[in-house]
Amino acid sequence: MQLPRLRWHIAVFLAPAVLIYSTVMIFPLFNTLRLALYAEVDQGRVFVGFENFRTLFFDPIWSEQFWNALGNNFWFFLIHMLVQNPIGIALAALLSHPRLRFAALYRSAIFIPTVLSFVIVGFAWKLILSPIWGIAPSLLDAVGLKSLFAPWLGKEEYALTTLAMISVWQFVGIPMMLIYAALLSIPEDILEAGEIDGVTGLAAFWKIKLPLILPSIGIISILTFVGNFNAFDLIYAAQGALAGPDFSTDILGTFMYRTFFGFQLQLGDPHMGSAIAGAMFAIILVGVCLYLFGIQTRMRRYQL
Amino acid sequence: MNTARSNPINAALMHGALILYTLIALFPVFVILINSFKSRKKIFREPLALPDAESFSLVGYQTVMKQGDFILYFQNSFIVTVGSLTLILLFGAMAAFALSEYRFRGNMLMGLYLALGIMIPIRIGTVAILEMMVATGLVNTLWALILVYTAQGLPLAVFILSEFMRQVSDDLKNAGRIDGLSEYAIFFKLVLPLVRPAMATVAVFNMIPIWNDLWFPLILAPAEETKTLTLGSQVFIGQFVTDWNAVLSALSMAILPVLVLYVIFSRQLIRGITSGAVK
Repeated sequence: MQLPRLRWHIAVFLAPAVLIYSTVMIFPLFNTLRLALYAEVDQGRVFVGFENFRTLFFDPIWSEQFWNALGNNFWFFLIHMLVQNPIGIALAALLSHPRLRFAALYRSAIFIPTVLSFVIVGFAWKLILSPIWGIAPSLLDAVGLKSLFAPWLGKEEYALTTLAMISVWQFVGIPMMLIYAALLSIPEDILEAGEIDGVTGLAAFWKIKLPLILPSIGIISILTFVGNFNAFDLIYAAQGALAGPDFSTDILGTFMYRTFFGFQLQLGDPHMGSAIAGAMFAIILVGVCLYLFGIQTRMRRYQL
Repeated sequence: MNTARSNPINAALMHGALILYTLIALFPVFVILINSFKSRKKIFREPLALPDAESFSLVGYQTVMKQGDFILYFQNSFIVTVGSLTLILLFGAMAAFALSEYRFRGNMLMGLYLALGIMIPIRIGTVAILEMMVATGLVNTLWALILVYTAQGLPLAVFILSEFMRQVSDDLKNAGRIDGLSEYAIFFKLVLPLVRPAMATVAVFNMIPIWNDLWFPLILAPAEETKTLTLGSQVFIGQFVTDWNAVLSALSMAILPVLVLYVIFSRQLIRGITSGAVK
Protein backbone atom coordinates (compact mmCIF):
# COMPACT_ATOMS: atom_id res chain seq x y z
CA MET A 1 0.00 0.00 0.00
CA GLN A 2 2.57 2.51 1.17
CA LEU A 3 4.50 4.31 -1.48
CA PRO A 4 8.20 3.64 -1.20
CA ARG A 5 9.31 7.11 -2.36
CA LEU A 6 10.33 9.71 0.15
CA ARG A 7 7.29 11.63 1.23
CA TRP A 8 8.48 15.21 1.50
CA HIS A 9 5.23 16.56 2.89
CA ILE A 10 5.77 14.65 6.14
CA ALA A 11 9.09 16.39 6.63
CA VAL A 12 7.53 19.75 5.75
CA PHE A 13 4.74 19.24 8.29
CA LEU A 14 7.12 18.21 11.04
CA ALA A 15 10.05 20.52 10.38
CA PRO A 16 8.97 23.86 11.91
CA ALA A 17 7.76 22.38 15.20
CA VAL A 18 10.69 20.01 15.59
CA LEU A 19 13.17 22.73 14.68
CA ILE A 20 11.89 25.32 17.17
CA TYR A 21 11.32 22.76 19.91
CA SER A 22 14.78 21.27 19.48
CA THR A 23 16.76 24.50 19.25
CA VAL A 24 14.91 26.55 21.86
CA MET A 25 13.97 23.85 24.37
CA ILE A 26 15.79 20.52 24.13
CA PHE A 27 19.21 21.78 23.06
CA PRO A 28 19.40 24.50 25.76
CA LEU A 29 18.20 21.99 28.33
CA PHE A 30 21.14 19.69 27.66
CA ASN A 31 23.48 22.58 27.12
CA THR A 32 22.56 23.88 30.58
CA LEU A 33 23.30 20.48 32.07
CA ARG A 34 26.64 20.54 30.22
CA LEU A 35 27.46 24.07 31.43
CA ALA A 36 26.98 22.82 34.99
CA LEU A 37 30.18 20.81 34.51
CA TYR A 38 32.27 23.87 33.68
CA ALA A 39 33.57 26.83 35.64
CA GLU A 40 34.94 30.20 34.71
CA VAL A 41 38.65 30.58 35.35
CA ASP A 42 40.47 33.67 34.09
CA GLN A 43 37.65 34.51 31.70
CA GLY A 44 37.93 31.11 30.10
CA ARG A 45 35.65 28.13 30.41
CA VAL A 46 37.25 25.13 32.09
CA PHE A 47 35.83 21.66 32.46
CA VAL A 48 35.60 20.79 36.14
CA GLY A 49 33.42 17.69 36.18
CA PHE A 50 31.08 17.48 39.15
CA GLU A 51 32.98 20.11 41.13
CA ASN A 52 30.05 22.58 40.94
CA PHE A 53 27.67 20.00 42.35
CA ARG A 54 30.12 19.23 45.16
CA THR A 55 30.26 22.93 45.98
CA LEU A 56 26.48 23.13 45.87
CA PHE A 57 25.87 20.16 48.16
CA PHE A 58 28.83 20.31 50.53
CA ASP A 59 30.50 23.73 50.56
CA PRO A 60 29.27 25.36 53.80
CA ILE A 61 28.19 28.66 52.20
CA TRP A 62 26.46 27.16 49.17
CA SER A 63 25.04 24.05 50.74
CA GLU A 64 23.35 26.00 53.51
CA GLN A 65 21.49 28.06 50.90
CA PHE A 66 20.76 25.05 48.74
CA TRP A 67 19.30 22.86 51.47
CA ASN A 68 17.38 25.83 52.81
CA ALA A 69 15.83 26.45 49.37
CA LEU A 70 15.13 22.76 48.86
CA GLY A 71 13.54 22.37 52.30
CA ASN A 72 11.43 25.47 51.73
CA ASN A 73 10.40 24.11 48.36
CA PHE A 74 9.20 20.87 49.96
CA TRP A 75 7.23 22.80 52.55
CA PHE A 76 5.73 24.91 49.76
CA PHE A 77 4.71 21.72 47.95
CA LEU A 78 3.36 20.08 51.11
CA ILE A 79 1.06 23.03 51.81
CA HIS A 80 -0.30 22.83 48.28
CA MET A 81 -0.95 19.12 48.66
CA LEU A 82 -2.57 19.46 52.08
CA VAL A 83 -4.57 22.64 51.50
CA GLN A 84 -5.01 23.37 47.81
CA ASN A 85 -5.96 19.92 46.60
CA PRO A 86 -8.44 19.01 49.39
CA ILE A 87 -10.17 22.39 49.03
CA GLY A 88 -10.23 21.93 45.26
CA ILE A 89 -11.77 18.48 45.63
CA ALA A 90 -14.34 19.72 48.14
CA LEU A 91 -15.36 22.61 45.88
CA ALA A 92 -15.63 20.28 42.91
CA ALA A 93 -17.76 17.85 44.91
CA LEU A 94 -20.13 20.68 45.83
CA LEU A 95 -20.24 22.04 42.28
CA SER A 96 -20.95 18.68 40.69
CA HIS A 97 -24.07 18.19 42.78
CA PRO A 98 -26.78 17.50 40.20
CA ARG A 99 -29.35 19.97 41.43
CA LEU A 100 -27.13 22.87 42.42
CA ARG A 101 -28.20 26.22 40.98
CA PHE A 102 -25.71 28.87 39.82
CA ALA A 103 -22.96 26.24 39.52
CA ALA A 104 -21.54 27.90 36.40
CA LEU A 105 -21.44 31.25 38.17
CA TYR A 106 -19.56 29.92 41.21
CA ARG A 107 -17.19 27.99 38.99
CA SER A 108 -16.27 31.02 36.88
CA ALA A 109 -15.86 33.29 39.90
CA ILE A 110 -13.66 30.89 41.84
CA PHE A 111 -11.45 30.43 38.80
CA ILE A 112 -10.72 34.18 38.45
CA PRO A 113 -7.61 34.29 40.71
CA THR A 114 -6.04 31.56 38.58
CA VAL A 115 -6.00 33.75 35.48
CA LEU A 116 -4.28 36.68 37.24
CA SER A 117 -0.52 37.04 37.06
CA PHE A 118 1.75 36.35 40.02
CA VAL A 119 2.76 39.99 40.03
CA ILE A 120 -0.81 41.12 40.60
CA VAL A 121 -1.51 38.41 43.16
CA GLY A 122 1.74 38.98 45.03
CA PHE A 123 1.32 42.73 45.33
CA ALA A 124 -2.40 42.62 45.99
CA TRP A 125 -1.91 40.31 48.97
CA LYS A 126 1.08 42.27 50.13
CA LEU A 127 -1.13 45.36 50.32
CA ILE A 128 -4.00 43.52 51.98
CA LEU A 129 -1.79 41.90 54.61
CA SER A 130 0.15 45.11 55.16
CA PRO A 131 -0.12 46.46 58.70
CA ILE A 132 0.03 50.00 57.23
CA TRP A 133 -3.17 49.66 55.26
CA GLY A 134 -4.86 47.60 57.90
CA ILE A 135 -7.44 45.66 55.88
CA ALA A 136 -6.41 42.31 57.32
CA PRO A 137 -6.33 43.45 60.98
CA SER A 138 -9.66 45.25 60.68
CA LEU A 139 -11.26 42.19 59.08
CA LEU A 140 -9.93 40.00 61.86
CA ASP A 141 -11.19 42.55 64.35
CA ALA A 142 -14.66 42.24 62.86
CA VAL A 143 -14.75 38.55 63.77
CA GLY A 144 -13.07 39.14 67.13
CA LEU A 145 -9.70 37.62 66.25
CA LYS A 146 -7.60 40.76 66.08
CA SER A 147 -5.02 39.30 68.45
CA LEU A 148 -4.13 36.74 65.77
CA PHE A 149 -2.83 39.38 63.39
CA ALA A 150 0.86 39.60 62.69
CA PRO A 151 2.78 41.10 59.76
CA TRP A 152 2.87 37.61 58.30
CA LEU A 153 4.95 38.36 55.22
CA GLY A 154 7.59 40.09 57.32
CA LYS A 155 8.08 37.37 59.93
CA GLU A 156 10.57 34.64 59.23
CA GLU A 157 8.45 31.92 60.79
CA TYR A 158 5.26 32.76 58.87
CA ALA A 159 6.39 34.26 55.56
CA LEU A 160 6.83 31.04 53.58
CA THR A 161 3.57 29.53 54.79
CA THR A 162 1.76 32.78 54.02
CA LEU A 163 3.14 32.82 50.47
CA ALA A 164 2.20 29.18 50.01
CA MET A 165 -1.34 30.01 51.14
CA ILE A 166 -1.47 32.91 48.67
CA SER A 167 -0.39 30.54 45.94
CA VAL A 168 -3.06 28.08 47.09
CA TRP A 169 -5.63 30.87 46.89
CA GLN A 170 -4.52 31.59 43.35
CA PHE A 171 -4.42 28.04 42.00
CA VAL A 172 -7.24 26.23 43.77
CA GLY A 173 -9.21 26.63 40.54
CA ILE A 174 -7.10 24.08 38.69
CA PRO A 175 -7.71 21.02 40.92
CA MET A 176 -11.31 22.18 41.24
CA MET A 177 -11.84 22.15 37.48
CA LEU A 178 -10.05 18.87 36.82
CA ILE A 179 -11.83 17.02 39.62
CA TYR A 180 -15.11 18.60 38.59
CA ALA A 181 -14.61 17.18 35.09
CA ALA A 182 -13.79 13.76 36.54
CA LEU A 183 -16.86 13.80 38.79
CA LEU A 184 -19.14 14.73 35.91
CA SER A 185 -17.91 11.76 33.92
CA ILE A 186 -19.10 9.28 36.57
CA PRO A 187 -22.18 7.58 35.10
CA GLU A 188 -25.44 8.26 36.82
CA ASP A 189 -26.44 4.57 37.05
CA ILE A 190 -23.49 3.77 39.34
CA LEU A 191 -24.67 6.45 41.76
CA GLU A 192 -28.24 5.24 41.48
CA ALA A 193 -27.18 1.68 42.19
CA GLY A 194 -25.47 3.02 45.32
CA GLU A 195 -28.61 4.87 46.30
CA ILE A 196 -30.68 1.72 46.07
CA ASP A 197 -28.22 0.12 48.47
CA GLY A 198 -28.61 3.12 50.75
CA VAL A 199 -25.29 4.81 49.98
CA THR A 200 -26.06 8.51 49.61
CA GLY A 201 -24.66 11.95 50.38
CA LEU A 202 -21.24 11.96 52.03
CA ALA A 203 -21.01 8.18 52.08
CA ALA A 204 -21.53 8.12 48.32
CA PHE A 205 -18.70 10.60 47.95
CA TRP A 206 -16.22 8.62 50.07
CA LYS A 207 -17.17 5.14 48.92
CA ILE A 208 -18.07 5.59 45.25
CA LYS A 209 -16.86 8.89 43.82
CA LEU A 210 -13.48 9.24 45.52
CA PRO A 211 -12.11 5.86 44.38
CA LEU A 212 -13.25 6.67 40.85
CA ILE A 213 -11.47 10.02 40.71
CA LEU A 214 -8.16 8.79 42.16
CA PRO A 215 -6.41 8.89 38.75
CA SER A 216 -7.31 12.59 38.43
CA ILE A 217 -5.97 13.24 41.92
CA GLY A 218 -2.74 11.57 40.81
CA ILE A 219 -2.46 13.90 37.82
CA ILE A 220 -3.15 16.94 39.98
CA SER A 221 -0.45 15.86 42.42
CA ILE A 222 2.19 15.59 39.72
CA LEU A 223 1.13 18.89 38.12
CA THR A 224 1.39 20.54 41.54
CA PHE A 225 4.81 18.97 42.08
CA VAL A 226 6.26 20.17 38.77
CA GLY A 227 4.67 23.60 39.17
CA ASN A 228 5.98 24.07 42.70
CA PHE A 229 9.54 22.97 42.01
CA ASN A 230 9.65 25.34 39.10
CA ALA A 231 7.99 28.25 40.94
CA PHE A 232 9.62 31.65 41.08
CA ASP A 233 7.32 34.47 40.08
CA LEU A 234 5.20 34.80 43.20
CA ILE A 235 8.14 34.85 45.61
CA TYR A 236 10.04 37.27 43.38
CA ALA A 237 7.04 39.59 43.03
CA ALA A 238 6.20 39.60 46.74
CA GLN A 239 9.62 39.33 48.41
CA GLY A 240 12.15 40.19 45.72
CA ALA A 241 15.17 38.19 44.58
CA LEU A 242 16.51 38.00 48.13
CA ALA A 243 13.42 36.03 49.19
CA GLY A 244 13.31 37.75 52.54
CA PRO A 245 13.08 37.99 55.45
CA ASP A 246 16.53 36.44 55.77
CA PHE A 247 16.03 33.91 52.92
CA SER A 248 13.15 32.30 54.78
CA THR A 249 11.06 32.20 51.57
CA ASP A 250 13.89 31.18 49.26
CA ILE A 251 12.96 28.32 46.94
CA LEU A 252 14.95 26.69 44.14
CA GLY A 253 13.64 29.08 41.48
CA THR A 254 14.67 32.24 43.33
CA PHE A 255 17.97 30.66 44.40
CA MET A 256 18.77 29.81 40.79
CA TYR A 257 17.82 33.29 39.61
CA ARG A 258 20.04 34.96 42.22
CA THR A 259 22.98 32.69 41.51
CA PHE A 260 22.70 32.93 37.76
CA PHE A 261 21.96 36.64 37.50
CA GLY A 262 23.73 37.96 40.54
CA PHE A 263 22.30 40.41 43.03
CA GLN A 264 23.65 43.43 44.85
CA LEU A 265 27.37 42.77 45.28
CA GLN A 266 27.52 39.16 44.23
CA LEU A 267 28.30 38.60 40.57
CA GLY A 268 26.18 36.24 38.53
CA ASP A 269 27.62 32.80 37.94
CA PRO A 270 26.04 30.95 34.98
CA HIS A 271 27.83 27.72 35.85
CA MET A 272 26.58 27.50 39.41
CA GLY A 273 23.18 28.60 38.09
CA SER A 274 23.30 25.67 35.68
CA ALA A 275 24.23 23.34 38.51
CA ILE A 276 21.12 24.45 40.43
CA ALA A 277 19.06 23.99 37.26
CA GLY A 278 20.56 20.51 37.01
CA ALA A 279 19.46 19.73 40.56
CA MET A 280 15.95 21.02 39.79
CA PHE A 281 15.88 18.89 36.66
CA ALA A 282 16.85 15.80 38.65
CA ILE A 283 14.21 16.45 41.29
CA ILE A 284 11.46 16.99 38.72
CA LEU A 285 12.59 13.92 36.77
CA VAL A 286 12.52 11.74 39.89
CA GLY A 287 9.06 13.05 40.77
CA VAL A 288 7.67 12.47 37.28
CA CYS A 289 9.19 8.96 37.09
CA LEU A 290 7.85 8.06 40.52
CA TYR A 291 4.44 9.13 39.33
CA LEU A 292 4.60 7.40 35.94
CA PHE A 293 6.04 4.09 37.10
CA GLY A 294 5.21 3.93 40.77
CA ILE A 295 1.77 5.46 41.07
CA GLN A 296 0.08 5.63 37.71
CA THR A 297 0.68 2.01 36.70
CA ARG A 298 -0.38 0.64 40.06
CA MET A 299 -3.46 2.72 40.48
CA ARG A 300 -6.66 0.78 40.16
CA ARG A 301 -8.73 2.00 37.29
CA TYR A 302 -12.36 1.19 37.02
CA GLN A 303 -13.94 0.76 33.67
CA LEU A 304 -16.85 3.14 33.48
CA MET B 1 -36.57 10.72 44.04
CA ASN B 2 -34.39 10.78 47.04
CA THR B 3 -34.46 12.90 50.18
CA ALA B 4 -30.72 13.20 50.66
CA ARG B 5 -30.28 14.81 47.26
CA SER B 6 -32.86 17.52 47.55
CA ASN B 7 -32.79 18.32 51.24
CA PRO B 8 -33.22 22.12 51.59
CA ILE B 9 -30.86 22.33 54.57
CA ASN B 10 -28.15 20.59 52.57
CA ALA B 11 -28.73 22.91 49.66
CA ALA B 12 -28.45 25.96 51.91
CA LEU B 13 -25.23 24.65 53.44
CA MET B 14 -23.77 24.01 50.03
CA HIS B 15 -24.63 27.48 48.79
CA GLY B 16 -23.24 28.93 52.00
CA ALA B 17 -19.90 27.17 51.54
CA LEU B 18 -19.67 28.15 47.87
CA ILE B 19 -20.61 31.76 48.51
CA LEU B 20 -18.03 31.97 51.29
CA TYR B 21 -15.30 30.65 49.02
CA THR B 22 -16.38 32.87 46.13
CA LEU B 23 -16.05 35.87 48.46
CA ILE B 24 -12.56 34.74 49.47
CA ALA B 25 -11.62 34.38 45.81
CA LEU B 26 -12.96 37.74 44.71
CA PHE B 27 -12.36 39.94 47.75
CA PRO B 28 -8.70 40.90 47.06
CA VAL B 29 -9.46 41.77 43.42
CA PHE B 30 -12.46 43.79 44.50
CA VAL B 31 -10.51 45.73 47.15
CA ILE B 32 -7.75 46.63 44.69
CA LEU B 33 -10.19 47.76 42.01
CA ILE B 34 -12.38 49.97 44.22
CA ASN B 35 -9.46 51.62 45.99
CA SER B 36 -7.72 52.49 42.75
CA PHE B 37 -10.49 55.03 42.17
CA LYS B 38 -10.19 56.74 45.54
CA SER B 39 -8.15 59.57 46.95
CA ARG B 40 -5.17 58.70 49.11
CA LYS B 41 -6.84 59.77 52.32
CA LYS B 42 -9.90 57.63 51.69
CA ILE B 43 -7.83 54.61 50.73
CA PHE B 44 -6.49 54.52 54.24
CA ARG B 45 -9.48 55.77 56.15
CA GLU B 46 -12.20 53.64 54.54
CA PRO B 47 -10.50 50.89 52.57
CA LEU B 48 -13.69 48.87 52.15
CA ALA B 49 -16.00 51.70 51.06
CA LEU B 50 -16.98 52.08 47.44
CA PRO B 51 -15.71 55.22 45.74
CA ASP B 52 -18.31 58.00 45.85
CA ALA B 53 -18.48 61.55 44.52
CA GLU B 54 -16.38 62.83 47.41
CA SER B 55 -13.66 60.16 47.46
CA PHE B 56 -13.44 59.58 43.71
CA SER B 57 -10.04 60.33 42.28
CA LEU B 58 -8.04 59.30 39.24
CA VAL B 59 -4.73 60.63 40.52
CA GLY B 60 -3.22 57.13 40.56
CA TYR B 61 -4.08 56.51 36.94
CA GLN B 62 -2.63 59.89 36.01
CA THR B 63 0.69 58.99 37.66
CA VAL B 64 0.71 55.63 35.92
CA MET B 65 0.05 57.16 32.51
CA LYS B 66 2.68 59.85 33.06
CA GLN B 67 5.43 57.68 34.52
CA GLY B 68 5.07 54.29 32.95
CA ASP B 69 4.62 53.51 29.31
CA PHE B 70 1.74 51.15 29.89
CA ILE B 71 0.40 51.43 26.36
CA LEU B 72 3.73 50.20 25.02
CA TYR B 73 3.87 47.40 27.62
CA PHE B 74 0.38 46.35 26.68
CA GLN B 75 1.29 46.39 23.01
CA ASN B 76 4.38 44.24 23.68
CA SER B 77 2.39 41.72 25.68
CA PHE B 78 -0.19 41.62 22.94
CA ILE B 79 2.37 41.05 20.17
CA VAL B 80 4.17 38.35 22.16
CA THR B 81 0.98 36.52 23.09
CA VAL B 82 -0.63 36.66 19.66
CA GLY B 83 2.65 35.86 17.89
CA SER B 84 3.37 32.85 20.09
CA LEU B 85 -0.18 31.54 19.85
CA THR B 86 -0.13 31.80 16.06
CA LEU B 87 3.12 29.85 15.81
CA ILE B 88 2.05 27.27 18.40
CA LEU B 89 -1.23 26.63 16.60
CA LEU B 90 0.16 26.56 13.07
CA PHE B 91 3.30 24.51 13.73
CA GLY B 92 1.64 22.39 16.39
CA ALA B 93 -1.23 21.48 14.08
CA MET B 94 1.15 20.69 11.23
CA ALA B 95 3.24 18.35 13.39
CA ALA B 96 0.13 16.80 14.91
CA PHE B 97 -1.19 16.13 11.42
CA ALA B 98 2.05 14.45 10.35
CA LEU B 99 2.03 12.26 13.46
CA SER B 100 -1.62 11.28 13.34
CA GLU B 101 -2.07 10.93 9.57
CA TYR B 102 1.00 9.22 8.18
CA ARG B 103 2.70 6.00 9.07
CA PHE B 104 6.44 6.36 8.81
CA ARG B 105 9.46 4.97 10.56
CA GLY B 106 10.13 6.78 13.82
CA ASN B 107 6.57 8.06 14.19
CA MET B 108 6.26 6.76 17.77
CA LEU B 109 9.71 8.02 18.73
CA MET B 110 8.98 11.46 17.31
CA GLY B 111 5.74 11.59 19.27
CA LEU B 112 7.55 10.68 22.48
CA TYR B 113 10.31 13.18 21.78
CA LEU B 114 7.80 15.97 21.32
CA ALA B 115 5.90 14.87 24.44
CA LEU B 116 8.99 15.17 26.68
CA GLY B 117 8.41 18.88 27.00
CA ILE B 118 4.96 18.44 28.56
CA MET B 119 6.44 17.49 31.91
CA ILE B 120 9.84 19.17 31.85
CA PRO B 121 9.65 22.93 32.36
CA ILE B 122 11.57 25.00 29.83
CA ARG B 123 12.89 27.22 32.63
CA ILE B 124 15.47 24.59 33.51
CA GLY B 125 17.33 25.51 30.31
CA THR B 126 17.31 29.26 30.99
CA VAL B 127 21.09 29.69 31.31
CA ALA B 128 21.74 28.23 27.86
CA ILE B 129 18.71 29.95 26.34
CA LEU B 130 20.04 33.32 27.45
CA GLU B 131 23.48 32.48 26.08
CA MET B 132 21.96 31.51 22.76
CA MET B 133 19.82 34.65 22.57
CA VAL B 134 22.86 36.81 23.34
CA ALA B 135 24.89 35.00 20.66
CA THR B 136 22.20 35.43 18.02
CA GLY B 137 21.49 39.03 18.99
CA LEU B 138 17.88 38.23 19.87
CA VAL B 139 18.18 39.34 23.46
CA ASN B 140 15.91 42.31 24.25
CA THR B 141 13.73 41.62 21.25
CA LEU B 142 10.18 40.33 21.30
CA TRP B 143 11.30 37.49 19.02
CA ALA B 144 13.25 35.92 21.87
CA LEU B 145 10.05 35.69 23.92
CA ILE B 146 7.93 34.49 21.01
CA LEU B 147 10.40 31.69 20.23
CA VAL B 148 10.64 30.57 23.85
CA TYR B 149 6.87 30.52 24.37
CA THR B 150 6.37 28.71 21.08
CA ALA B 151 8.83 26.00 22.12
CA GLN B 152 7.15 25.82 25.52
CA GLY B 153 3.64 25.53 24.10
CA LEU B 154 4.31 23.10 21.25
CA PRO B 155 4.51 19.78 23.18
CA LEU B 156 1.05 20.00 24.73
CA ALA B 157 -0.40 21.48 21.53
CA VAL B 158 0.90 18.58 19.43
CA PHE B 159 -0.38 16.10 22.01
CA ILE B 160 -3.91 17.52 22.22
CA LEU B 161 -4.27 18.27 18.50
CA SER B 162 -3.10 14.84 17.36
CA GLU B 163 -5.67 13.22 19.67
CA PHE B 164 -8.36 15.26 17.95
CA MET B 165 -7.01 14.74 14.43
CA ARG B 166 -7.25 10.97 14.84
CA GLN B 167 -11.01 11.43 15.04
CA VAL B 168 -11.27 13.13 11.62
CA SER B 169 -12.78 10.62 9.24
CA ASP B 170 -10.42 8.89 6.81
CA ASP B 171 -13.13 8.73 4.16
CA LEU B 172 -13.21 12.49 3.96
CA LYS B 173 -9.45 12.75 3.48
CA ASN B 174 -9.40 9.95 0.93
CA ALA B 175 -12.24 11.56 -1.00
CA GLY B 176 -10.09 14.69 -1.14
CA ARG B 177 -7.14 12.67 -2.40
CA ILE B 178 -9.27 11.13 -5.16
CA ASP B 179 -10.36 14.62 -6.16
CA GLY B 180 -6.70 15.44 -6.64
CA LEU B 181 -6.08 17.60 -3.56
CA SER B 182 -2.47 17.76 -2.42
CA GLU B 183 -1.59 16.69 1.13
CA TYR B 184 -1.18 20.38 2.02
CA ALA B 185 -4.64 21.21 0.70
CA ILE B 186 -6.10 18.30 2.67
CA PHE B 187 -4.49 19.65 5.84
CA PHE B 188 -5.42 23.29 5.38
CA LYS B 189 -8.82 22.93 3.71
CA LEU B 190 -10.26 19.74 5.21
CA VAL B 191 -8.63 18.96 8.54
CA LEU B 192 -7.87 22.36 10.07
CA PRO B 193 -11.48 23.63 9.92
CA LEU B 194 -12.66 20.42 11.60
CA VAL B 195 -10.34 20.68 14.59
CA ARG B 196 -11.09 24.34 15.23
CA PRO B 197 -12.61 23.67 18.69
CA ALA B 198 -9.45 21.84 19.76
CA MET B 199 -7.33 24.72 18.43
CA ALA B 200 -9.37 27.13 20.55
CA THR B 201 -8.74 24.98 23.61
CA VAL B 202 -5.00 24.97 22.97
CA ALA B 203 -5.01 28.73 22.41
CA VAL B 204 -6.83 29.46 25.64
CA PHE B 205 -4.59 27.12 27.64
CA ASN B 206 -1.47 28.84 26.37
CA MET B 207 -2.72 32.39 26.47
CA ILE B 208 -2.83 32.86 30.25
CA PRO B 209 0.65 31.52 31.13
CA ILE B 210 2.25 33.49 28.29
CA TRP B 211 0.53 36.72 29.18
CA ASN B 212 1.33 36.34 32.87
CA ASP B 213 4.92 35.10 32.65
CA LEU B 214 7.50 37.11 34.56
CA TRP B 215 10.58 34.88 34.31
CA PHE B 216 11.47 35.12 30.61
CA PRO B 217 10.65 38.83 30.13
CA LEU B 218 12.82 39.53 33.18
CA ILE B 219 15.74 37.53 31.82
CA LEU B 220 15.47 37.76 28.04
CA ALA B 221 13.84 41.13 27.37
CA PRO B 222 14.13 43.54 30.30
CA ALA B 223 14.79 46.62 28.11
CA GLU B 224 12.33 49.47 28.41
CA GLU B 225 11.06 49.11 24.84
CA THR B 226 10.42 45.35 25.10
CA LYS B 227 8.91 45.15 28.57
CA THR B 228 5.70 43.17 28.75
CA LEU B 229 2.77 44.33 30.83
CA THR B 230 3.59 41.83 33.60
CA LEU B 231 7.21 42.90 33.86
CA GLY B 232 6.33 46.56 33.36
CA SER B 233 3.85 46.56 36.22
CA GLN B 234 6.31 44.65 38.41
CA VAL B 235 9.05 47.24 37.85
CA PHE B 236 6.66 50.16 38.10
CA ILE B 237 5.17 48.97 41.37
CA GLY B 238 8.64 48.31 42.75
CA GLN B 239 9.58 51.94 42.09
CA PHE B 240 6.36 53.51 43.32
CA VAL B 241 5.96 51.32 46.36
CA THR B 242 5.04 54.23 48.62
CA ASP B 243 2.65 55.86 46.17
CA TRP B 244 -0.43 53.81 46.99
CA ASN B 245 -2.65 55.47 44.41
CA ALA B 246 -0.20 54.67 41.65
CA VAL B 247 0.37 51.09 42.83
CA LEU B 248 -3.34 50.34 43.08
CA SER B 249 -4.00 51.87 39.68
CA ALA B 250 -1.14 49.98 38.06
CA LEU B 251 -2.47 46.74 39.56
CA SER B 252 -5.97 47.49 38.30
CA MET B 253 -4.64 48.25 34.83
CA ALA B 254 -2.86 44.89 34.82
CA ILE B 255 -5.97 43.07 36.10
CA LEU B 256 -8.47 44.57 33.65
CA PRO B 257 -7.23 43.16 30.33
CA VAL B 258 -6.97 39.68 31.83
CA LEU B 259 -10.46 39.95 33.30
CA VAL B 260 -11.88 41.09 29.98
CA LEU B 261 -10.16 38.21 28.17
CA TYR B 262 -11.42 35.81 30.82
CA VAL B 263 -15.00 36.97 30.48
CA ILE B 264 -14.77 36.54 26.70
CA PHE B 265 -13.07 33.14 26.76
CA SER B 266 -14.15 31.59 30.05
CA ARG B 267 -16.70 29.33 28.43
CA GLN B 268 -14.08 28.04 25.99
CA LEU B 269 -11.53 27.60 28.77
CA ILE B 270 -13.86 25.75 31.09
CA ARG B 271 -15.19 23.58 28.31
CA GLY B 272 -11.61 22.82 27.31
CA ILE B 273 -10.65 21.73 30.80
CA THR B 274 -13.79 19.80 31.52
CA SER B 275 -13.91 18.02 28.16
CA GLY B 276 -10.89 16.14 29.39
CA ALA B 277 -8.44 17.74 27.00
CA VAL B 278 -5.71 17.18 29.60
CA LYS B 279 -5.77 13.54 30.40
